[in-house]
Amino acid sequence: MNLLTGNDLKTGDVIWWAGDKGWSLHVADAADAGDEGEAILAREEAARRVNASYIVAAEATGKGPMPLHIKERVRASGPTVRTDLAINTDIPIVNA
Amino acid sequence: MYKYDEYDQAMVDARVEEFRDQTRRRLAGELTEDQFKPLRLMNGLYLQLHAYMLRVAIPYGTLNSQQMNMLGHIARKYDRGYGHFTTRQNIQYNWIKLEDAPDILADLSTVEMHAIQTSGNCIRNISSDQFAGAAADEITDPRPWAELLRQWSSFHPEFSYLPRKFKIAVIASDEDRAAMRLHDIGIQLIHNDAGKLGAKFFVGGGMGRTPMIGPEIRDFVPADELIHYAEACLRVYNRYGRRDNKYKARIKILVHELGKDEYTRQVEEEFAHMKTLGLNPPVAELARITEFFPDPAYDTTANDELDLTDPDFRIWVEQNTHPHKQAGYAIANISLKPTGGIPGDASADQIDLMADLAKEYSFDELRVTHAQNIVLPHVKKSELYALWQKLDDAGLAPANLDLISDMIACPGLDYCSLANARSIPVAQKIGQRFSDIGRQKELGELKLKISGCINACGHHHAGHIGILGVDRKGVENYQLSLGGSGAEDVSLAKITGPGFDEDGIVDAVEKVTDVYLRDREGDERFVDTYRRIGMVPFKEALYD
Repeated sequence: MNLLTGNDLKTGDVIWWAGDKGWSLHVADAADAGDEGEAILAREEAARRVNASYIVAAEATGKGPMPLHIKERVRASGPTVRTDLAINTDIPIVNA
Repeated sequence: MYKYDEYDQAMVDARVEEFRDQTRRRLAGELTEDQFKPLRLMNGLYLQLHAYMLRVAIPYGTLNSQQMNMLGHIARKYDRGYGHFTTRQNIQYNWIKLEDAPDILADLSTVEMHAIQTSGNCIRNISSDQFAGAAADEITDPRPWAELLRQWSSFHPEFSYLPRKFKIAVIASDEDRAAMRLHDIGIQLIHNDAGKLGAKFFVGGGMGRTPMIGPEIRDFVPADELIHYAEACLRVYNRYGRRDNKYKARIKILVHELGKDEYTRQVEEEFAHMKTLGLNPPVAELARITEFFPDPAYDTTANDELDLTDPDFRIWVEQNTHPHKQAGYAIANISLKPTGGIPGDASADQIDLMADLAKEYSFDELRVTHAQNIVLPHVKKSELYALWQKLDDAGLAPANLDLISDMIACPGLDYCSLANARSIPVAQKIGQRFSDIGRQKELGELKLKISGCINACGHHHAGHIGILGVDRKGVENYQLSLGGSGAEDVSLAKITGPGFDEDGIVDAVEKVTDVYLRDREGDERFVDTYRRIGMVPFKEALYD
């Protein structure tokens, strides 16, 4: 599955495209963009609802969509060394 | 310390307002991200893994308590209560909101600080010896020269769009505490045989994916021609440095490809031309700047003896203080490397405390080191015990300077969008494995440096023990290297062999330290033993 991510323009927060629900801070809310990712991102960037956006490969898991690559899992989680600042602490960083 | 004149302040204030307008236009949709990105980067604002990151310049690592308090204020008001001191003697904030960035820059400008030229292909913050003005072994204070170079390089129109970023370090002692020869230009102030002040120039050093030690290209540049010579070095680079390939664009590649002799020939030719233009700053300007760096009003009757009956205080004094040029004083190092902590991080409260302590004990001065620690440069020995007690109460008294737990570590994959692997958890695990201070002291000086990617912000090439995190098919893997040094015995570390996983690299570090303890002779440091016995015994311990 393909997830869409980027940063909130004003705050810089990592956000995930959640389909009709807009953008979410939580990767668990992320929707599969299928093959429509580029078109959706062009529209959302133009509306300034997301900044520096791109497509992320992911898989469906019991905890919801999970990015395949460790870098995206860290983005989805927050710093692993400051769990007090992390936003999604239940994301397995290694060997997901 | 240097104080802004009306021109300095006007330039910084104008830049704040310019960026405020640029930010407004971006938020209003009048600028695209492609248009805005180079503008925000010129003001130190990156978009990192989790949020915007702001890098604030601390020229040659020197600041006063008012400035340090401002750094604490920004951490508290605009970030999440902490900042990260970097290997470039700067500070970074990891959780900045774009809409706040102009206000932050405005706050910084009130204490003569900014984030200009902390990114982009320009001359970055000039770095220097953190003990400048206090060290017993320096021939002169290098900071006036660093300040002159800062003024020359700030908004220099010819050098605002170089092929790649450009880093300059200035030192004034034979002991290199600034990794000078691993900079694009390294300048060592010296006296020639006639006793005249000038500088040795080393050009083309650097780390990153192609580490190189800067070769000496001039053994003596007269002091009043130093800017001319630096300008000639830059001009040749600006003219011929590669712009077609980002990975071959640093000056080290140009010097390497041309050869030191040909590069030097071209610099000398340009230098001769530069001298006909009369563009070198007047000597009076250096004299004006130098007046901002007088010695503090030392108590020349201060007692040079120390009461070391408290054993914990004695260990801290032995490890974390350095000889001062003035009898009765010491240079005190504040380690930002607590066991299990994040190297270089300090909370807003800790930043404020260090500011207060600088005011109370160190003539209002602090320094940031490239090893991500803080220095109080002028502490009366009779007041060291009181200082240490206050540091200890705040968790700021790890007695581990230059020991294995005093690691440099880049932010790595926990914060950095360029990183391939996490650095900080490895640093934390190594710190915990070697937490016993007696064991650390038994190992002696051991500089361990960790980078989370090949860009080498964690200086792994210059580590007695270096660790490089890589991405191996989506899994973090750590390469071990040995034998590097960023000091006057500069050398580049060599990779031991196949890498290790996160726990394996901690075991590997322990194994190479065991080889050192087994094979060392006399007072050899780890790196000395490595140089004497070579890689083989270490590889046998790691892989057989």
